[in-house]
Formats: sequence, structure tokens, C-alpha cells
Amino acid sequence: MAADGTTRTEKFPSGILSVGLGEVERQVPLDEPPPLPPNAELAVIGKPAPRQDGRAKVTGATRFTVDTNLPGMLHGRILRATLPHAEIRAIDISAAARHPGVRTVLVLARPGDSATAVVRYFGAPVAAVAAVSMAAAEEALRLIRVDYKSLPFVVDMDKAREPAAPLVHDAASAPVGHPSGFPAPHGLPLNGNVRGPATDSRGDVAQGFAQADTVVEGEYRTQVQTHCCLEPHAIVADWRADGLTVHISTQFTAGVRHELAEAFGLPLNRVRVIVDGMGGGFGSKSTLGDYGRIAVGLSRQAHAPVCIILDRQEEQMTAGNRPGTWQRLRIGARRDGSLTAISLLSYGTAGVALGAGVGFVAQGLYDCPNFESAQHDVFINAGPGCAMRAPGNTPGAWGMEQAIDELAERLAIDPLALRDRIDSSPVRREERRIGAERIGWRRRHAPGADSGSVKRGIGVAQSYWMANVQINSSCEVRVMRDGAVEVLSSVQDIGTGTGTVMAQVVAEVLGLRPEEITVRIGDTDFPAGPPSYGSRATASITPPARTAAWRVLQLLFREAAFALNAASADLVAREGRILVRDQPARSMSFGEAASRLRTDRISAVASRSEDYGGYLRSMGDAALAKQYLGGVQFAEVAVDTETGIVRVERVVAVQDCGRPINPLQTESQVHGGILMGLSYALFEDRILDQLTGRMVNPNLEQYKLAGPCETPAIEVMLLENYQGNSATDAYGIAEPANIATAPAIGNAVYNAIGVRLRTLPMTPAVILAALGKIPSRS
Amino acid sequence: MIDATSALMGQAEAAESGGPPVAGPAPVPITLKINGITRTLQVEPRMTLAEVLRGLLGLTGTKIACNRGACSACTVWLDGVAVCSCMMLAIEVGARNVTTIEGLASGSQLHPVQAAFIEHDALQCGFCTPGLVMSCAALLEHTPDPTPGDVQAAISGHFCRCGTYPHVVSATLAAAKARKA
Repeated sequence: MAADGTTRTEKFPSGILSVGLGEVERQVPLDEPPPLPPNAELAVIGKPAPRQDGRAKVTGATRFTVDTNLPGMLHGRILRATLPHAEIRAIDISAAARHPGVRTVLVLARPGDSATAVVRYFGAPVAAVAAVSMAAAEEALRLIRVDYKSLPFVVDMDKAREPAAPLVHDAASAPVGHPSGFPAPHGLPLNGNVRGPATDSRGDVAQGFAQADTVVEGEYRTQVQTHCCLEPHAIVADWRADGLTVHISTQFTAGVRHELAEAFGLPLNRVRVIVDGMGGGFGSKSTLGDYGRIAVGLSRQAHAPVCIILDRQEEQMTAGNRPGTWQRLRIGARRDGSLTAISLLSYGTAGVALGAGVGFVAQGLYDCPNFESAQHDVFINAGPGCAMRAPGNTPGAWGMEQAIDELAERLAIDPLALRDRIDSSPVRREERRIGAERIGWRRRHAPGADSGSVKRGIGVAQSYWMANVQINSSCEVRVMRDGAVEVLSSVQDIGTGTGTVMAQVVAEVLGLRPEEITVRIGDTDFPAGPPSYGSRATASITPPARTAAWRVLQLLFREAAFALNAASADLVAREGRILVRDQPARSMSFGEAASRLRTDRISAVASRSEDYGGYLRSMGDAALAKQYLGGVQFAEVAVDTETGIVRVERVVAVQDCGRPINPLQTESQVHGGILMGLSYALFEDRILDQLTGRMVNPNLEQYKLAGPCETPAIEVMLLENYQGNSATDAYGIAEPANIATAPAIGNAVYNAIGVRLRTLPMTPAVILAALGKIPSRS
Repeated sequence: MIDATSALMGQAEAAESGGPPVAGPAPVPITLKINGITRTLQVEPRMTLAEVLRGLLGLTGTKIACNRGACSACTVWLDGVAVCSCMMLAIEVGARNVTTIEGLASGSQLHPVQAAFIEHDALQCGFCTPGLVMSCAALLEHTPDPTPGDVQAAISGHFCRCGTYPHVVSATLAAAKARKA
């Protein structure tokens, strides 16, 4: 940003605290607050604060979408396809429509309509009803008669790649791009069921491999993982003549408002999207979804509010998943460890949708002049995949980080020493140092060195994730005449504690305590906030929250300045008081200053400005900051070579999220990332029946998940990493915390048993087969 | 274990006529003691306790997440014992005292487990939290001095996708200490 009269030059703390802080000069817009000092010098930011909604959540008072009950509300249910691939020749809704409890029926798969008549996965929506009770709606679904013409189907990715495989899509129905861009941009070729390749390259890979002293090559597989949000996808749609109000369990209220306005031809100001309590999303609640559109359609037709809550089976089969992948990695290196070439080939499947790429780990994690990748999406007759916590990078790291360990062993270099050589990130260098000390890396023995039947091992893996920012993020801060303070935005809190960090940032500016700030979020009647995905909510909303609070404080200072007979510029807000700088005796309470306001309320709105140092890349409403979020995780495992059971005993996670705002909540989120990664590594697996195309474990007991008894001792360490990029310099943590866990466990398992596992999940059967104790299943 | 006073067993007419006792499908009257208050209401015999609490009584703190006893989000107490309310019919409750998350605190005074959950950040999205609080509070009723393993065992039927288990364990241990102090 040029110094053009709209900015001023400021000096910001810069660097990693434990390494040593320097200063960086930045151009700051004139109407933004001065640089924030390091956390140690702050009263509220960087300190653990209890969640602002904690009391409501532990008493059951929080209203989640599923708890919404509007007068006259109807219950919607969706009739779903009972075949994985079929043309609907006829559908008879007359008996359902006559059911006394039914208010309206919607046919979604219309016979003869080329766009909708074919269903392509077991569970695809066919029709929907709205009735006076959930039970009546269920009864009505059973009265709908559907005449299916069964079509050939394929639910196995390898089979779907064969030339003679049944085609999941035709040219018209095959999706051409993916909103997340993983990896398929528009215009990629379609061959049979394969969309792609999406390619990326730099340097000369052939020459790079020719220069290599050694080449490691491996094929890695990852399974399909489902999100398993505890709160199911849910919506209450209320279509009225004067506009549409929607309560929806969503990660992006403002985005859903846009989707609704476009889908139903409404102006933005006639669409209101609300979410109060939000019971987890992990990527699966990023958009309106088919169920959302259906609920609105039913409400419009029935002239009544309609509630749709997916049941657990619908959740598991239709509401999104992390795509399964196959990856072949080749890595060439010189004897000293320096990389000469990386080649990545991948095929992944997101069912009937796109988005099965393996991300950017192979491209970006390590220094290597020569790189090539070819990533493919393979369609199968299964429910659509979607973004899930670090989409692409979590499966990608499973391959890449094991390949790097394999290379280290081949070169007889310690895995951490090799990473020190090929990883230029100062953040991860420091994280490796801290983590190695904490886990006791020096205890690590040679692979398979334990003599007993239970063998222990230690492993490490790293993560790589973009520092995403939503530029279209706004926030309002209000001060009332009685001293009450509110912070408002449409941003939602999906469990990460967004509301609490907003309260902390505002409290820091105003010299108040976070619990004195009322947080009003999750409603598009407030200024439009960012989505809670891409680990971007904190990075996007805390800078405008601080700026808005700072602006409103300047308004308050005007009143106080008069009363204190001082200049506004000489006032500071601290510990509930407004005082003259260096003359603490001349002061008044925050409330007294507020009581002097000439209007009942003053307010300021701020929007996310560009990063002070500029962006790596801007893409419409979103941008990538000029830094990456690094993390390093260490796992210690015990493998029982008689039973094949892997126990993760301990995980040490060293993570970077820029400036941590609330270390307590951040630690909680890292726990979640690790446990989801551990569960991915050892247990979770969506299993489709090859004969019927149906998911055989669409629940929460046969779909295996790590629980309390599988939870290891977890130690979380956070860097403080200051770059002077925004009014808060804060970034996210949700996704970075999830990427490294599975490969760290994989590398630890290798260290324990001396056999490398390349397929997830590492079930007892997989372990025993790898040890040659039982025949391999595939 | 159906209580003798339950509506299911109370269909005396049906029993006298020689057939098995029949209830429903029409609503039948039942009396429930919930959080110390006696409520008489008409419920369809097919309704689970969780559905009645949430739907008819508006006690939405009890959550339904799997609806088949796999995740324990719907945990309430029956005479102090933690049970899945999605796994029993409302007409089976009989004379037993039902305690829900709304009835755990004493007025504005939080139960020590609730207070500790807030202090230790043993919640994230909060959807599974009421169930976890009920199980951890039940644990302290019969095991006032639990080990971490006791807490893990007590919540082993619960599922939390946000990964709050480590903080749930530390919170419950802290609550046990606070109760004794």
C-alpha cells in the first residue's frame, strides 16, 4: 500500500516471540487503530477467557437450529432414492397428498425432465413433504410410489476408472468446477468417470530426477471420512409475502443469504439468515444445501414455516464427506537431503461431486525446484463430498509426510534434521525445536527396535495451510448511554469461540472486561461477516472488531475530553475508566463517560481492510495472506503386534495462528483437530456395499470414531507469531491442527513396527496384514 | 424395567379382555415428574422420552443427535441414573424422577460440573455438552473422588466431534475437588 495521504507509517512487532521479536514498518489506514503490542503487554487479548456463551451451553439454554419452533411450523421430510443409479419413470404422490397431516408435497426428481429424472446415488432426493408432525411426514413418505428404472452403477473408485465402467454422469450432468477449487477448475477434460487432470508444475522434473542420488516412491490411500457434526443439518424456512427468514445451522450466514436471494429471485434485504447455537460443521455446512432449498420450496408452497432436520442416516449418506484418495508420490533427493524433484499423481473421489484433490502439501511444504502434479476426480455413485477440515491437505499430508520420513531413512538422516534442511519456514523450524524437546525425540529408537509384542514408536509430521482472509467482513460496535457495549456481525460461532474473541478484542480497546461486552452475531440483519471455514473467521473479523471499537472510542473520548478538560488525543481507556494519559487522577468511569452521550447510542462500523503488507493473492471476497500457517505434531504410539491394535498414547502439537487471542479456546480447537486426525488415522471409514451401492454403516456406532477412551495425552504449544498484517495479526487454527496428526501417527507406527503403512485407516486387520500375520484383504 | 405405574402397564381394560396390554396409537395420558415438577400430558405411546421433553415440554436442552443410543447427547437422569432418553418411550418412565439439563442447576447457582465446564472450556459447539454434563454430574453422585479413568469410562458412550474430551476430564476432576472443598 503506497503512502498516499490515506495511510500513516507505523512500526509493528515482528517475528516469533520465542525466537526474538523485531520491528516491521507498515502503512496503516488513517482510520485504523495503532499497532497492537505483543500479548504480554495486553490486558485481555492473549489471556484465557471463558466463552461468552458458556453458561447458556452448559445449562441447555442455547437455541440451536434444531430447537427452533415457530408458530404453525410444519415438519419436512425428504424421500430419498433407494437405488444408487436409476431413472425415475413415474412418481405417484396422490396418496401422500391425501394424508390428513400433509400440507404440501414437492416432486424433486421429475420423470421426463433430463435435468432431474436420473438419481445418481443411494439417498439422492426424490420428493419431499411438509406435514403437521414429523410422524405424519414419515407416514406420507411411505405413501409415495416411485417407479425406478435401475441403471448400472459403480461405487468403487478403481473400478470407476476402468474404460468399461458404468458412467455416473453424462456430459450435461457432470459437474465442471468446484466451489472450493480442489482441484478441478473449469474446463478440465472428462474421460469416462474421470475429470482431469488438473496439473501444476515448476522447473524440470525429468532433469530433477536425473540429478537425484536417490528416489523414493510410494502409493498412498485414504478412505472417505464423514463430518459427523453432532447437530444434524437443519433449517427452518419461513417464506412470507414480505420476505424470507431462514434459521439454518450454517457456517456462513451471509453466504446463505446470497444463495437464497439468487435461487428464489429475492433482493438481499428481503432475505434474513439466522443461526444462534451452531452444532458443528467442519466444512459440511458451508452452503445452503439441497435440503435447504427444499425447505424453502416447501414453505413457499405451504404458506407456513417448514423445518427440515436430517436424520443420522441422511447425514452419513448425503450431507457431505471428505473424499477418498489414491496418491502416487515420487521424490528425488541428493545425498545431503536437498530435494531435486517431486512428482505427484492422484485420483480421488467425491462421489457424484468434484473436489477430491490432495491439496498443496506436495507443492508447497518443502523447497524443491522441480515439481509436477496431475490430480484427477473420479465420479462414483455415492453421496457428494465437500470441504472437510483442511480439504486436500489432510489426505495429502498422509502421503507426503510419510514419503519424507522414508527419504530420511534412506539417506540415514534424522527426520527432523532432514526437515531442517528442506523446509525454509522459520515457523516450523521453531516448532520442531520446541516439539522435539517436549516429546523427548532423543528417546526415539530404530524402527521396530522394541523386543516385546507391544512395540512403541515416535513419529513427527508437519502441516501447511493458507492464511485465508475474507475481505468482505464487517462488524459494528455500539455503546449505549448506560455504558452497555455491543459487538454485532453476521459472523457465526460454530463452536470455535468466535464471539468470545470478538468480545476480547473489543474489551481490550475499551478498557473493559470481555464479559462486559454483549456479542450479537449469527444474523444477517447485522453487518455481513465472514464464513467459518478456511480457518478464516478470526483473521477476518477480529481486525474490523478492533477497528470499530477504536472508532467508537474516539466518539466517546470527545464527550469525556470535554468533561475532563483534556484533548481527546490525550485520553486512554483502561480498567473500566477513561483517563488522561500520564495523569491517572484525571479520570472518569467508562459508564460515566457514556452517560454524557447526547444520543442513546453511538456506533461505528468497520470492514476488514487489506493486510497492511498486502496479499499474496486476492480472489473476489477472499484473499491469501503473505504467510502460511505452520504446525508440527509428534505422536507416540504403542502397537500390539498380536492384536494389531494401535494406541496413540501421547500427542505434542506445536501450532501457529499468528497472534493467539484466547489460548484456552485455541487449545480446545487443537484438541479437536488432533482427535479428528487420530480418528481418521485409526478408525473412520465410510463403507459402501458393492452390490447395492448403499452405505452399510450410516450411523455413529458402526461408523467407528475415536472416543474418550482412545484420547491420548495431548500437549498443545502455541507460537506467538507477529507479522504486522492487520489490526490484530490473528489467524485461524482449525484446519492446521488437523493436517499433521494422521501422518505423525503413521510415522510413529513405522517407528514402532518397522513396516510402513500406506493405507488409511490403520485398523487391526491392516496392521496384522502388514506384519504378515493374516492375509491382506486387497 | 417398566415401572408398575407406567401407562403401558396401566391398560387394565385390555389386560382384562384377555389380550396383551395395548396403548395407542392415539395419545394416552401420562404423568411425568420432571425437574421436581409434576406434569400431566397426552403423549402418543410411540414417542420417546427425548421427543416428549423437546417437543411437548419445550425442554430443548436435551439433544437428539443419533436417535439410537450411540452418542449419548440425549442423556438425562432417571432417579439419578444417567440414561439415553432417545432409547426409552415416555410411557415407560412411570413414577421415576426425570432430571434434565435444565434442572441441574439450583436456581442461578450452577452445578459444580457446569461451572467447571465453563472454566476449563470443556465445550466447543456445545451440542453434546448437556449430555456430557449430565453424565459427569451423575458420576460425581456415586464416585465423589474419581480418577481420570473413571471420568473417561463415565463418558465413554458420548461422542463429541469438537474433541472436548481432555477438557471434560479435567473439568470433572476439578468439579469433584470443588464439591469436597
